[in-house]
Amino acid sequence: MSFYDLIWLVPLFPLAGAAFNGLVSNRLGLEKKVTHTVALIGSGLAWLWGWAAVIQWYFNEDIHHPYVVKVFEWISGGELTIFGGRVVSLDIAASFQVDALSAVMVGFVTFVGFLIHLYSVGYMHHEPDRDYARYFSYLNLFMFAMLTLVTGSNLPVLFVGWEGVGLCSYLLIGFYFEKDWCASAGMKAFIVNRIGDFGFLLAIFFAFFYFGTLEFDGLYQAMANDHHHVFAGAATIIGLLLFVGAMGKSAQLPLYVWLPDAMAGPTPVSALIHAATMVTAGVYMVARCNFFYQASPTAMLTVGVIGGVTAVFAATIGLVQNDIKKVLAYSTVSQLGYMFLAAGTGAYIAAIFHVVTHAFFKACLFLGSGSVIHGCGGEQDIRKMGGLKKYMPTTFWTFLVATIAIAGIPPLAGFVSKDAILAKTFEAAMTNLNGHGNVYYLLWFLGLSGAAMTAFYMFRLVFMTFYGSFRGGEEAEHHVHESPWTMTLPLQILAVLSIVGGVLIGFPGQLFHLEGWSFIDRFMEPVVLSHGEHGHHAVSLGLEWGLVVLSVAVALGGILLARSMYLNRDPEFAKANALAERFPLVYKLLLNKYWVDEIYGATFIAGTIKLSRFLWEVDARVVDGAVNGTALSTVGSSFISGVFDLKVVDGAVNLVATIYDVASRWFRRLQVGFAQGYAMVMVFGAAVLLGIFYVIKL
Amino acid sequence: MITAEPYVALSLILFCLGLIGLMVRRNFITVLMSVELMFNAVNINLIAFSFRLGDLAGQVLAIFVITVAAAEAAIGLGLIIALVRLKDTVALDQANEMRG
Repeated sequence: MSFYDLIWLVPLFPLAGAAFNGLVSNRLGLEKKVTHTVALIGSGLAWLWGWAAVIQWYFNEDIHHPYVVKVFEWISGGELTIFGGRVVSLDIAASFQVDALSAVMVGFVTFVGFLIHLYSVGYMHHEPDRDYARYFSYLNLFMFAMLTLVTGSNLPVLFVGWEGVGLCSYLLIGFYFEKDWCASAGMKAFIVNRIGDFGFLLAIFFAFFYFGTLEFDGLYQAMANDHHHVFAGAATIIGLLLFVGAMGKSAQLPLYVWLPDAMAGPTPVSALIHAATMVTAGVYMVARCNFFYQASPTAMLTVGVIGGVTAVFAATIGLVQNDIKKVLAYSTVSQLGYMFLAAGTGAYIAAIFHVVTHAFFKACLFLGSGSVIHGCGGEQDIRKMGGLKKYMPTTFWTFLVATIAIAGIPPLAGFVSKDAILAKTFEAAMTNLNGHGNVYYLLWFLGLSGAAMTAFYMFRLVFMTFYGSFRGGEEAEHHVHESPWTMTLPLQILAVLSIVGGVLIGFPGQLFHLEGWSFIDRFMEPVVLSHGEHGHHAVSLGLEWGLVVLSVAVALGGILLARSMYLNRDPEFAKANALAERFPLVYKLLLNKYWVDEIYGATFIAGTIKLSRFLWEVDARVVDGAVNGTALSTVGSSFISGVFDLKVVDGAVNLVATIYDVASRWFRRLQVGFAQGYAMVMVFGAAVLLGIFYVIKL
Repeated sequence: MITAEPYVALSLILFCLGLIGLMVRRNFITVLMSVELMFNAVNINLIAFSFRLGDLAGQVLAIFVITVAAAEAAIGLGLIIALVRLKDTVALDQANEMRG
């Protein structure tokens, strides 16, 4: 037995922690120390075991093939007739796999997850014991679901994890469920995700219908051997439906609306679930099912376009938001857009690379914002902050590092991965990928302008929060304090990774004629279905450098613009306010997030409510009417039946009785009660008989 | 030669007398006596025809009738005693409880 043979233990450790904290600690209200020790052991063991398994697998097995561990037979559905008249048996195993993609995901999910567990110990210490246990129970349960998601070797197991993370997301967004808006934010997230999940489920059904298997390896082989493009249509359907699921989970247009509201949850949750891990599940799923997208230009282009448009759309909203977590939320939506943009150009490795680096710097940013909120006593409005640099030095420098990383300044992590995405998009445009070259040029341009906006709004956030003077009043200023070590340690680790993580994992070797230096490219190559015609050197070295310079220039431009608008003293933000006053319509449009929530409210939600009301009316009138009508007709027919019984049946019985009654009134007179009378009748009768006999001469 | 006609005529007269007595008399004992009269009328008839037809069965039957009449008389007298005990009378029209 080796670590990777028992890969399924990785999700089980946190599950055990969740079970203990949820069932024991929460019920008994155990001490915080017990609760967080169990939670840390649960996620820590997952981390250690996960890394040990991945490393051991890397050195002992052929990394070109997924290593599948079947735990037990889960669903035995009997024989079914599928596409092309084939008869296959629907056997789904609870099986897990280690391959490059799972390894990368397990690697960073367990690591970041553990850091955020550690951070939560500091962040949540004000909560009552029971809520504290509930929180850690949910957090561990989330780790279980997320690790099931990334290690599952077939679509149904992935789906279990998928729904599990959705559930935990719902539970944690609504963690402060006494507050109405938190509870409804949780419901919003859940319902919007359900829309996506519907597409995902349909995709699973279609996949089974066409391929007769749901194992990733089986699907991969089927698509790899599909030389006559028999499954091209199926790949488009399944790819698009899978992407509907990804849209919900990874907050892409038009299903992104839940993510900004999800910030109602505790900040470590925003960092872990709604920035670093869960929301990237959609990207993981698209990368995992890349063989469908590789076979379907339509699905690929859809992914790319939705991703590119979302990247810019969310970035524009982020430009003007005043809630520190809202800015980061829209930034997350935007960055997820980049990941899908990469996937849409066939650069799945770049997408996953960005997932990993994004996990580092966005987790760092969210945890930093949590530290800021914690230090400012719950304040989230950046207009009431300012000058926090001197009160919270560690938070400041980690936040600044992560900001530089996301803005795309070399050689930090965000630069490496984002530049890889932009380069791949440009390459796709130049090689006229799938004949959609012009669209990819446009997407590249969108990505570039999104990068400028990212740099702008992130530095706006830094300047407004940490520079200038404190705007929250003297009273609040006294309470501002740096956070305890459990919170700053994860920040420092993540900040270091934001600096070196990008170069370490995915060294941009192509810029130096050092192809193959990028670890993640080599490592993940077997995961992606390649058709061999990939234009590797379509972009010349000079052009590559040109693109790098351009994107760095754009990022610097964004930073400088933010500096000129938000780092001036007298009066503060004068330029920004003047700009907002000059374009009030644009400003209002962005501030109100394009009124998308209102539009959804007026159309889909109001429509749904109207439909429900209509259906309720149908229920009340037609269904209830039918039931009541049946009841009424039963009453009516019983009444008629009763009348019939009373009048006809009883009447007949009574008639017989009456006949006897009347008849006996007459006949009883024969009983004269006088013995000789009877004798006389007898004699008389005998005489009559004799008379008759005499007449007829018998 | 002795013929049967006078005996049959006698029997008829006796029977009618008994029948009338049975129907018109109110005294239970008289009614019982009338019934005896009718029995004996029948006996005379039986014997007359037995003699006439030279068949002894008629006479045997007459003996039977006498036997039955004795039993009948016993029951009848028993009824009379019961009636007397119940109503303190032998008048038949007093026993009319069964009138409908």
